[in-house]
Amino acid sequence: MEILKLVGVLIVVIGFIAKKDTIATVVVAGIATGLVAGMSIMDILETLGKSFITQRTATLFVLTLPVIGICERYGLKDKAVDLIRSIKHATAGKVITLYQVIRAAAAAFSLRIGGHPQFVRPLVNPMAQGAAIAKYNKIDDATEDQVKGACAASENFGNFFAQNCFMGASGTLLIVSTLVEQGQQVDALQIAMASIPVAVISVIVGAVYFRIFDRRLDKRYGNNKEAEV
Amino acid sequence: MNTNTIIAEVFYSIIGIIFILVGTKSLKDSIENKVRTTSALFWFILAFTFIVGPHVPYWITGLCVILIAALTAFQKVGQSKSDVPAPEETRGNANRLGNMVFVPALCLAVAAVFAATFLPFGANNAIGISAAVALAVAFLITKAPAKNAVTDGTRLMDNVGPVGILPQLLAALGALFTAAGVGNVIASGVSAIIPDNSRFIAVAVYCIGMALFTIIMGNGFAAFAVITVGIGLPFIIMQGGNPVIVGALGLTAGYCGTLCTPMAANFNIMPAALLETKDKYSIIKAQLPVAGVMLLVHILLMYFLAFK
Repeated sequence: MEILKLVGVLIVVIGFIAKKDTIATVVVAGIATGLVAGMSIMDILETLGKSFITQRTATLFVLTLPVIGICERYGLKDKAVDLIRSIKHATAGKVITLYQVIRAAAAAFSLRIGGHPQFVRPLVNPMAQGAAIAKYNKIDDATEDQVKGACAASENFGNFFAQNCFMGASGTLLIVSTLVEQGQQVDALQIAMASIPVAVISVIVGAVYFRIFDRRLDKRYGNNKEAEV
Repeated sequence: MNTNTIIAEVFYSIIGIIFILVGTKSLKDSIENKVRTTSALFWFILAFTFIVGPHVPYWITGLCVILIAALTAFQKVGQSKSDVPAPEETRGNANRLGNMVFVPALCLAVAAVFAATFLPFGANNAIGISAAVALAVAFLITKAPAKNAVTDGTRLMDNVGPVGILPQLLAALGALFTAAGVGNVIASGVSAIIPDNSRFIAVAVYCIGMALFTIIMGNGFAAFAVITVGIGLPFIIMQGGNPVIVGALGLTAGYCGTLCTPMAANFNIMPAALLETKDKYSIIKAQLPVAGVMLLVHILLMYFLAFK
């Protein structure tokens, strides 16, 4: 019954869907898989312990926390806010594009400036809404929702697709650990470099997408040329 | 042990010390924190595996992993009180330092690349070296008292919490899957839909598999461990695909799935509540077109770059 070996995969899927504790889910899945495959408890503990030790690389990001913590205390986020505030006469799409660029650059340099609570709600969304209202005078509820969705999306685009450009990012280290565990010799620098094309493309795709977003708003409300600078 | 291994063990021990400091912070927390002792225990056991783990039989570390999993399973691990900087404090500092505050963080990334390229200590140690360089630069620029490295480092570590070791655990899970032959089972199932020698279909199945699994689980990291062992390795890397390209693009292909799923609630649903949208799926709706385009980009990039 080879198919039984997939019990671990099933446990991971169910555990994550049911929002069970992630760490416990992963450990239970590992143990169940080992048992089904006929490994002894000692074998399982040995394998688990050995790979946990060799894969400490995946947790190297902890070393970067003190310096990032200090930068935060000394105004990292405040300066990022200043940077975004500095654009004037923008459209909703332009504000959102600029935020995605800044967010992606920050993620690539491991700066933790982002986040929906810290940036999107207090800064990006009000600026984008403001730009839309300035241009179209009044926007309906559906548009307001779409602008909010686009703002939050730009945070995710920038964060997801650029973070692995940093060598010490936990995603980068996960890739290295997983591949090394499977006998492939790769290192964090190689993975970080190979992550650059997707980061650049995602910014371009985002810029095009938010430009189309602006165009659609223009169409819906009639292009008000005078407000454009 | 060669030099690189010794340097690596020093860095792992420093991580262990950071864990001990987080545990100590928890112990010192007020009595009202019901889980302060068990939280401290969690960090101390984790520190033990990082510092002492390599020097004792592996099964002991295995047992430690089960212990920390039990602690988180029963919700015995929580954050303790941290010294969080007040908005006035960070604003004042920002006005004083200006854009110089970006310098240490930029150092972190640049020094890591330099150390990995020009120093003989390996890419992993380069991360530690860059952290040390950036910390020195941060002290020079901010003139922060030395204790801030501890206050702010433990604050962030506690903020990240137990989930921070998830990548490490998932890599270990991948090892168990391999030992048990899980990859082979998935591979034999998938081989039915991948025609012989069709690199393009193999790449497409891997990328779409990553996205789909991430949509189901809401977590790209977990999908990566399973799908890479089951599909990426046998059907692309073993067929001559470059592991660096496959790995790097594989995880971000999974993120295309993250953009589409309410399962990734902290990225897609909670922010919608935070922004008080009328439609709680407004973020996912905004993300769907880009997710589709990016998935296609991943498939094409992997196909053209991995077999160059």
